[in-house]
Amino acid sequence: MTDGTPIIVMHQVQTRFGEHVVHKGIDLQVRPGEIFAVIGGSGSGKSTLLREMILLHTPNEGTVEVLGTPLAGIAAEDAMALRQRFGVLFQQGGLFGSLTVLENIGLPLREHRPLSDAEVDDIAREKLALVGLLPEAANLYPSELSGGMVKRAALARALVLEPELLFLDEPTAGLDPQSAAGIDALVLDLRQQSGLTIVMITHDLDLLWQVVDRVAVLGDGIVQGLGSMAELAKMDVPAIRPFFSGPRAHAAQAQAASL
Amino acid sequence: MVAAGTQAIALVSLVGESAVALGGWCAHPARVRWRPILFNLRTAGVDALPIVGLLSFLLGIVVAYQGADQLRQYGANIFVADLVGLSMLREFAPLMTAIIMAGRCGSAYAAQIGTMAVTQEIDAMRTIGIAPIEMLVLPKIIALCIAMPLLTVFADVMGVAGGMWMAQVQLGVNPTQFLERFTKAVSVTSYVVGIGKAPVFAAIIALVGCFQGFRTQGGADSVGQHTTRAVVQSIFLVIVVDALFSVAFSVLDL
Repeated sequence: MTDGTPIIVMHQVQTRFGEHVVHKGIDLQVRPGEIFAVIGGSGSGKSTLLREMILLHTPNEGTVEVLGTPLAGIAAEDAMALRQRFGVLFQQGGLFGSLTVLENIGLPLREHRPLSDAEVDDIAREKLALVGLLPEAANLYPSELSGGMVKRAALARALVLEPELLFLDEPTAGLDPQSAAGIDALVLDLRQQSGLTIVMITHDLDLLWQVVDRVAVLGDGIVQGLGSMAELAKMDVPAIRPFFSGPRAHAAQAQAASL
Repeated sequence: MVAAGTQAIALVSLVGESAVALGGWCAHPARVRWRPILFNLRTAGVDALPIVGLLSFLLGIVVAYQGADQLRQYGANIFVADLVGLSMLREFAPLMTAIIMAGRCGSAYAAQIGTMAVTQEIDAMRTIGIAPIEMLVLPKIIALCIAMPLLTVFADVMGVAGGMWMAQVQLGVNPTQFLERFTKAVSVTSYVVGIGKAPVFAAIIALVGCFQGFRTQGGADSVGQHTTRAVVQSIFLVIVVDALFSVAFSVLDL
């Protein structure tokens, strides 16, 4: 992929669930190497938009292109190849309850790479360390992990195939401030180390101000605003205001300014 | 009514998807997932032996006991072997096994897949590039289709043993007499008819269980709701299909 070619292109995406219209026409592009966030109120269709990018939902109208591959009518083999080029961290982690942390992390390798069990375990342990989990966590089951550990383990699994693109669904939701800060640092680290493109859904203002490059604000089924947080702060669009007014927004903004 | 229609269509589409996936496995045997098949074979088969055996034994006792009074009135004690043999082998053993398996496995399948849907494990599976049909549905169908006929044979044996014991106690028909009459009364056809129904029941139970699991949305409530539906619908369908089998067999003179 040459520089400048967008990683994700969504053009006039429309989504309906029965009578309920979620997206009236979404246009957005994600550039290589950036950290891109989608924000919006509850029910604004953020999660659905993410699902449309990761082949879990097909929009009713419009086109989605991920890593240069159009997703409409994609063949099973192409879909399989594409899935190996991106990783997804689900909001609830999506770790398999019947497998240990190490088996969970190694699963994509076992499925798609001709490696021996020992090699798979080695790579899985490496990723475990990368996301800041102790080696002792390897043999625990997901039910034995704290919320923050689940997210880290799921992130390790998302990274195990060395993806070009990483999707994060609410990576810091439900975490204590310290764990959330840990995830912020981890996301920044990841981008610096590997030049990964990251697309996330989040409400976390600290994450938005300090980590994210560009933000798309969804509202009323369209993209209400697109740009860096500083640019968005200057826009006068009602749907965007809640993210920039109120004490929490001011505190996050002030902290970002002081950095 | 409309809801039932859309559900039926969705169920048929799951049947279709499973058939396509099964075709894929037949074309590329290397892709067959043996581990989950064997795992399911153990939980659905071996682990179910005690409960299926016990209940069939008790059912054999009940059938012989209920028949005993009537037979004694006509002095037709020995025909208890006909009664127990034909009813167990043709109807009760396969049906009883199916009902136990619907309660035991259909519910477990729906709850497992439903919980996985709620915790986004199904989504994760898809994005990792593992088809949930191949990982979760086919192994269950295959395992149950192997396990159920075998369990039915076991249920046949236990049911007849129960009836034989009751024949001795109530009617004074000793096991030698019973078995002698049994071999005359019960044809191989009756035995095969009973066993032959088992894989069909197995496919119904596994498919309905998985189907309800995949329909789960939201939270724990929904898991419970769909687990219940899985059991009710699969028992309902098993009995309907059993009735159709009876009609078909009588038309065919089997």
